[in-house]
Amino acid sequence: MALSRLSSRSKGISRPLSAAFSRSISTDTTPITIETSLPFTAHLCDPPSRSVESSTQELLSFFRTMALMRRMEIAADSLYKAKLIRGFCHLYDGQEAVAIGMEAAITKKDAIITAYRDHCIFLGRGGSLYEVFAELMGRQDGCSKGKGGSMHFYKKDSSFYGGHGIVGAQVPLGCGIAFAQKYSKEEAVTFAMYGDGAANQGQLFEALNISALWDLPSILVCENNHYGMGTAEWRAAKSPSYYKRGDYVPGLKVDGMDAFAVKQACKFAKEHALKNGPIILEMDTYRYHGHSMSDPGSTYRTRDEISGVRQERDPIERIKKLVLSHDLATEKELKDMEKEIRKEVDDAIAKAKDCPMPEPSELFTNVYVKGFGTESFGADRKEVKAALP
Amino acid sequence: MASLLSRFCRKLALPGSAHGSRMTSSTACGSETVKSLNLYSAINQALHIALETDPRSYVFGEDVGFGGVFRCTTGLAERFGKNRVFNTPLCEQGIVGFGIGLAAMGNRAVVEIQFADYIYPAFDQIVNEAAKFRYRSGNQFNCGGLTIRAPYGAVGHGGHYHSQSPEAFFCHVPGIKVVIPRSPREAKGLLLSSIRDPNPVVFFEPKWLYRQAVEEVPEHDYMIPLSQAEIIREGSDITLVGWGAQLTVMEQACLDAEKEGISCELIDLKTLLPWDKETVEASVKKTGRLLISHEAPITGGFGAEISATILERCFLKLEAPVSRVCGLDTPFPLVFEPFYMPTKNKILDAIKSTVNY
Repeated sequence: MALSRLSSRSKGISRPLSAAFSRSISTDTTPITIETSLPFTAHLCDPPSRSVESSTQELLSFFRTMALMRRMEIAADSLYKAKLIRGFCHLYDGQEAVAIGMEAAITKKDAIITAYRDHCIFLGRGGSLYEVFAELMGRQDGCSKGKGGSMHFYKKDSSFYGGHGIVGAQVPLGCGIAFAQKYSKEEAVTFAMYGDGAANQGQLFEALNISALWDLPSILVCENNHYGMGTAEWRAAKSPSYYKRGDYVPGLKVDGMDAFAVKQACKFAKEHALKNGPIILEMDTYRYHGHSMSDPGSTYRTRDEISGVRQERDPIERIKKLVLSHDLATEKELKDMEKEIRKEVDDAIAKAKDCPMPEPSELFTNVYVKGFGTESFGADRKEVKAALP
Repeated sequence: MASLLSRFCRKLALPGSAHGSRMTSSTACGSETVKSLNLYSAINQALHIALETDPRSYVFGEDVGFGGVFRCTTGLAERFGKNRVFNTPLCEQGIVGFGIGLAAMGNRAVVEIQFADYIYPAFDQIVNEAAKFRYRSGNQFNCGGLTIRAPYGAVGHGGHYHSQSPEAFFCHVPGIKVVIPRSPREAKGLLLSSIRDPNPVVFFEPKWLYRQAVEEVPEHDYMIPLSQAEIIREGSDITLVGWGAQLTVMEQACLDAEKEGISCELIDLKTLLPWDKETVEASVKKTGRLLISHEAPITGGFGAEISATILERCFLKLEAPVSRVCGLDTPFPLVFEPFYMPTKNKILDAIKSTVNY
């Protein structure tokens, strides 16, 4: 991991000492330049530079938010095992760098749409821990009023279009959103995210063709964690170079465990999409958990592989090393931050546990638009007749 | 809560099984050996037999190689080789289209769709290609060797996309058959019939029963005929018609109704398309009342077809309107599942109000 020493040479200011760095994230926007760990591989375009502009504040907030995401997912794991979360729960730990890097490069007007591994993307879009846990446990204060569950998180005010269970179905949707953005001249783009398993769905290619034909500002992001549920990518795809799958659509392969590489790539992609139309980003990433909570994650890959990635490529460890080497915080301060995060997560869970379940009448709401006047019959026509509100 | 009770009751003896006694090892029962198996093991056995008896049969779908997410395909790849039992990429439309092509060449293609909720990308292939192939080619070609298997139905925590019952969509398509078993013994026989039937068949397996249902299943190769309904409980006051996992719930309701002096006749439709109208008609002519129950939403559910047909055939014999106790007209909910489901108490209330009409 190449570390840049440009900052210490080019700036004459004294580094903020640990004493000055109090418990909160420094608001110091001292620019720092970070080199990405790996070069970008490009298809039909010129790859962006490996030097990424960042700042002290950004570096520390990356650490904090990623640690928060990691803690949140692990807490969700325990809640699921305690049967407080039921149904399906797909955890994102290991892939945090993608969510965080993407957020750093875009605004809340840019839209994101993803599949079911959406907890951290939601958090990145500005969702609160409380909303996350309430939704996971099916409570009424959840972001989807408790009616969606783990796979269906949405946040309209930050253009987060969810949260989709059917594999691949969200990509044509994303291209539709991009069309609307182009039409309204908002200078915004859409990031349609999917996985390596979904990359083999036909509708993806339909969406790509349409986006390229009409020059839509859509960015297709393949989060390649190398396993579609239990199937390794080489067993499902003739060409596992997902960034090249667009054929006539340019693509970029990115180290998805390096938050700065992700940030650079997304920034580049946004500029490209606004000028030239669609582009594919392949994020080379990894998930530590299995596909979902029902999957131990060890029947199709070795534990050595998982621990190997955790040691060599863990995104949070990488940021931690950068923070320490740039003297932005001490080990102890980072540990304190982690303790704070743990407490924050625990508090959110406790609050969410107290939240009530949605009212039974909510079963009938939002099927159609309000006031549509349709009747829904219950089990026996004579018994339950609810006018859909 | 009624739903909890019904879920617990599903672990008990199934409707139609011999007097509720369960032996836990292989026992000779007349000339056949039976073994206590659950649903996924019974289906597994049927697949083993199907592949064994026809060298031109293939099983494929997502993750079937290691046994599938519900273990229905365990041991097949090891025994019959990767050329006959193989994984496909994640593309339902492609998988079914591929299966149709394979079947058109005279092979038996047993396609697995991982959850019935994911069958919709393949809907076009099933409706427009598979169902109409024989018809539009004037019988030159057919894809009768195609069987599509999919786990369907509620499982307690499945939410929107792991609980759907899409059978009604497929019952509207002339040219295919739709089969739904209620128990392990039925599943094995019906699946073998479906695979060997010279028409494309969509076979829905109640996923709730994969582990929950245990029954003695004969170990030999046997088939249960399609399009023949079975009266699994005789009665004289009201006819109940259902299929799949819902029958267990209906059976509980029948037992409760009996305590109140109502004698219920319970029919397992087994094949929904083409369905056995004669059996149901004869039963309704005897009892004069009909109640249909299914998990799928009530509007446009298959119960509507049964109701309309019986009305046509038995109008003068009916003592009360046909009652349908079904899922609600909402997307399959997550936390609200106990309210959505047609539970035993809902069925019981409907039985009583129909009988007392």
